[in-house]
Amino acid sequence: MAQRQSFQIGTGLFILLGFAALGYLATQTSSLANYREGASYALKARFTNIGQLKLRAPVKVAGVRVGSVSGIQLEADKLDALVTLSLDKRFDKIPDDSAAAVFTSGLLGDQYVAIQPGGSPDMFKNGDEVVLTQSSMQLEELIGKYLVGGDAGKGGDKAAAKPEAKPDAKPDATPPNDKK
Amino acid sequence: MSKPRDLQPAIPTDALISIRGLRTRLGDKLIFDGVDLDIPRGKITAIMGPSGTGKTTLLRHITGQLGPDAGEVMVDGQNIARIGREALFDLRERIGYLFQNSALLTDFSVFENVAFPLRQHLKLPEELIRNIVLTKLQAVGLRGAAELMPAELSGGMMRRVALARAIVRDPMLIIYDEPFVGLDPIALNQILKLIRTLNQTLGITSILVAHELAAVSRIADQIYLLAAGKIAAHGTPDDLARGETPWTKQFFSGEADGPVPFHYPAPDYATQLGLVGAKP
Amino acid sequence: MSAVRKANLPLGEGIAQIGACGIFLFQILRAIPRSLRHLRETVRQVYFVGAMSLVIIMTCGLFIGMVLGLQLYHTLSIFGGTAALGTVVALSLYRELGPVVTALLFAGRAGTSITAEIGLMRATDQLDAMEMMAVDPMAYVVAPRFLAGIIVMPLLACVFNALGILGAHLVGVSWLGLDNGTFWSNMTSNVDVWDDILNGVWKSTAFGAVITLIATYQGYTTPPTSEGVAYATTRTVVFSSIATLVLDFIMTAFLM
Repeated sequence: MAQRQSFQIGTGLFILLGFAALGYLATQTSSLANYREGASYALKARFTNIGQLKLRAPVKVAGVRVGSVSGIQLEADKLDALVTLSLDKRFDKIPDDSAAAVFTSGLLGDQYVAIQPGGSPDMFKNGDEVVLTQSSMQLEELIGKYLVGGDAGKGGDKAAAKPEAKPDAKPDATPPNDKK
Repeated sequence: MSKPRDLQPAIPTDALISIRGLRTRLGDKLIFDGVDLDIPRGKITAIMGPSGTGKTTLLRHITGQLGPDAGEVMVDGQNIARIGREALFDLRERIGYLFQNSALLTDFSVFENVAFPLRQHLKLPEELIRNIVLTKLQAVGLRGAAELMPAELSGGMMRRVALARAIVRDPMLIIYDEPFVGLDPIALNQILKLIRTLNQTLGITSILVAHELAAVSRIADQIYLLAAGKIAAHGTPDDLARGETPWTKQFFSGEADGPVPFHYPAPDYATQLGLVGAKP
Repeated sequence: MSAVRKANLPLGEGIAQIGACGIFLFQILRAIPRSLRHLRETVRQVYFVGAMSLVIIMTCGLFIGMVLGLQLYHTLSIFGGTAALGTVVALSLYRELGPVVTALLFAGRAGTSITAEIGLMRATDQLDAMEMMAVDPMAYVVAPRFLAGIIVMPLLACVFNALGILGAHLVGVSWLGLDNGTFWSNMTSNVDVWDDILNGVWKSTAFGAVITLIATYQGYTTPPTSEGVAYATTRTVVFSSIATLVLDFIMTAFLM
């Protein structure tokens, strides 16, 4: 009897371990991990071009993930991409003059939305729109731009053109000076 | 159905098993060529014969593991080749089978081995299972070994446990397949005594396949001698010991050569050695 | 069939084996409803087939993950893409290496022990004894092991994958200095539950079924000699490894 008990316990432990591993893989290492944001708030941002930005792409502040892209729509009248960002409730101290930009991680990596903090004393609230945006940098346009020689391409952002944007643009390299 | 034949058994009435005109071919070899045989209820019937004459095959016919090519095998009034799987399993539940190498389940203790048929087929309270198993183990003298594993037992003890398992459902028939092989004289006598006791006290019909002539003669009510696919002789042990046919003579006196040849069939010795016939 | 078998062609023999194995599978499937009466036996087999394979699966998973971490880090650094290390390790583990390597280890560890155990039961008449006790060995011995294999394989593959990820994390982040956040966020944004993780689960379930089918078949039909059991054990490893890889190709082609 004692022997029977022990193998039943062993079997039970094994099955639990197996399912724990499955649960771990599914929730921690897959895109499900990005769904798991408990309390979050939404911001909107308009871009003229979002490049390869996909749903559930990360939203980062200073390179740290604070949320994800929860919606991408085309605004029929303006032909802009309306991107919904959902940010973790813990990060609710983001000034409401911050700028959003679509960046690429590394040369060939995935695209993400970077938020560059502004200096306003007021913070973003649920449903606010990020006014300052910078669109995705298209490799072809950059190449074209350098070939033609400094001609400001159409890849600029809609709020303020930044023709000096470099291919390896870093969040802190973008001058947030237009509104000041 | 039962046509009278020249080898009609001595006790034709009330046979638990009757076999008529059995023919079996395994591969290219003809094992049985018209075997008629009756096993009477409540008796010990021994089946003997030289090795390789199909004694175990005959047992497989009786238990329905093997179907005959021709003829019929009737067990307790049912033609075993015709009844379906369910009926066959029902029938097997009433047959105890003692395997030559005991065939105990290695994963289970002695107790669980004996309890196995009860647990598989009956929903009995644990208390009752315990009582039945201990009773049967007591009958074979191994109640004290209940918690041992089969690997810890000697050959004779394993066979006694297997016997306890075979009788745990109180079968109508027990088949002993070579129960004495590899036993020392003491263990042999213990098994012999158990077979006789079970038969006499409970009236269980017994089929005994064995080579040990002396042992078999002490307990068998009748003996069938199987040779070359037929029943070579049949009768009580005393009848056969006084037997006239060459088969019985050779078998009972254990002569090296006779109807069962010493030499395996071979081409002529001299020819094969090249001593006869023209050789360049 | 017997004519083909008589011709003694390796091909004919192989086809006959596959046919016999298919019939055996059919018999197992028919015995499964009856085997549910022996549920305790299935649980016991989950323990013997699954829990007992854990140590080897976990060790190998960890080391394969570490090797993948090392190799891919150096390959990816050529393209400046080391940020993708987590993704590449996770995808190659979930979709391919996890199920396949687990299956090969499972064939070696559990498949052989199933074959040897059933073969020994055949050689010592235990299967015949069950038949004589009106217990169907297909339902009592074979089907529970088959079911256990199907239950256990995906779980083992998941454990293997989890340890592999940890191994790659250990090498990539702790040793080679990759950023922890990059490792995970890159992985989580590229690995899909349905496409990648469950894809691997289906694969490993199928591998579990095939390996236990081959192992039980080899054990059940082995010649009742010690030599026969030895050969059957070898055949289990050879056939189930081949079957796993062939099936892997077919399933990959279909699941892609």
